[in-house]
Amino acid sequence: MTPPAQGNAVIRVESLFKAFGSLKVINDVNLNVNVGETLVVLCRSGTGKSVLLKLLIGLQQPDSGSIQMLGQEITQLAEKPLNEVRKKVGFVFQNAALYDSLTVAENVEFPLKYHTALTVGQRREQAMEILTRVGMQDSALMMPTELSGGMKRRVGLARALVLKPKIMLYDEPTAGLDPITSEEINELILKLQQEHAMSSIVVTHEMHSAQRISNHVAMLDQGSIVFDGNFSDMKNSDNKFVSLFIKNG
Amino acid sequence: MKTPQQGFGGLGSIPSFLEWFGELGCFVGKFVRSTFSRPFHFQALLQQMHEIGTRSLPLVVLASASTGVVLSLHTRESLVRFGAKGLLPVVIVMTIIKESGPIITALIVCGRVGAGIGAQLASMKVTEQIDAIEASGINAFRLLVVTRILACILMLPLLTIVADLSGILVGWLANTLVEHVSLVRFIQDGFKQLTFQDLLPTTFRTAIFGFIIGLLGCFQGTRSTGGTEGVARAATSAVVLASLFVIVADVGLVRLIQIVFRP
Repeated sequence: MTPPAQGNAVIRVESLFKAFGSLKVINDVNLNVNVGETLVVLCRSGTGKSVLLKLLIGLQQPDSGSIQMLGQEITQLAEKPLNEVRKKVGFVFQNAALYDSLTVAENVEFPLKYHTALTVGQRREQAMEILTRVGMQDSALMMPTELSGGMKRRVGLARALVLKPKIMLYDEPTAGLDPITSEEINELILKLQQEHAMSSIVVTHEMHSAQRISNHVAMLDQGSIVFDGNFSDMKNSDNKFVSLFIKNG
Repeated sequence: MKTPQQGFGGLGSIPSFLEWFGELGCFVGKFVRSTFSRPFHFQALLQQMHEIGTRSLPLVVLASASTGVVLSLHTRESLVRFGAKGLLPVVIVMTIIKESGPIITALIVCGRVGAGIGAQLASMKVTEQIDAIEASGINAFRLLVVTRILACILMLPLLTIVADLSGILVGWLANTLVEHVSLVRFIQDGFKQLTFQDLLPTTFRTAIFGFIIGLLGCFQGTRSTGGTEGVARAATSAVVLASLFVIVADVGLVRLIQIVFRP
């Protein structure tokens, strides 16, 4: 598949390949995400979507291909410049990946502690401000084990936002949540998109979420992009996998 | 990548055994490079020193005190039989300082800290907490691994000194309950034959034990796979391998100290 048009691309992925042994997880993937755009990557569970996000932030190395984040080719970057790029990218993990030895507020303060010269008080102030935005201000002193799935996702989102990133990557942000909590998380993603013009990639298998939050949809099947366009165009696709996904979505 | 059981832990095959050692070698190389590069997480190091050192103290003191009592009871019986009761203080002091203090401290720390480090890092890995640290632009190896290994290296000699003192004092106590000897006399007799060449190398060899414990705990923890089962495997293999390596290293180090510090 040829790369989509560039525009003001903040994320540009070209001919990306990643395999584990003989299993091709990412197979010639090309993607572009423009400023302020939310790309939803739809795919079945366990088909390499988390790998795709981890490749985008340099947590895994591709076998070949190019990944440009905010104009920087990250596949070739050394540790220090890569960390500079990572500071501009917020990553919301599938199960939030909160640090279980730290309180909610300390989790949110964690990136500030290592990347800013703020005092303890200033860090706490900023953390509380972000926690208020995601509706978790009353849980600041709780431990992650005391939180429900939805609350964990909110705290994970707050932690990803605390360094004011330009790009957000969401790994199944609503998976396993009840419909009301899922809708609240979708609302939160939309709010961020509208208020801060953040560019985002949301990886999910939930059609409803894709419809609610996407400007642009890509569908991944067996490591390859089989559809790239907007949500309404997807319904007219003649690809078998896309039709099946829509039918059962 | 092989699991510890398939690899060294299970001695499955020669290639996996060699692969395990190869990966361990790379891990050591990364540790050395990361230790001497910035930023250095001093606060995290202090936190780990507290966790590894201060919190191990009661266990180390108790274990060493028990050894002091047992040593005093056994040695007394043997020396009385050979008419050499007067040598009791020096035998207790020499045995504790040269061998039992360092090795007991190392094995206690292996059990408490090695397992703790292995389980904690493995749990952080399977729940993607290590990825989350990396994703926020922080070098997780430097923050989690370097600080833990350095804390083990620094705290083991200090714990050993405390263990030695505890063993000697309780050894004297056990001895004086059978036949009164003043503490000053016991210490004077015990330390009369002791030189710095006996004391320093034997105490500071525990820094190497600390390195082994921290290294294997971190290594087994960070290469863990497979959910909670993997966490349990990492904790167990960290303790077993660290204990084994400490004992084997002890053999080599004792001989090395004898060669290098020969009076």
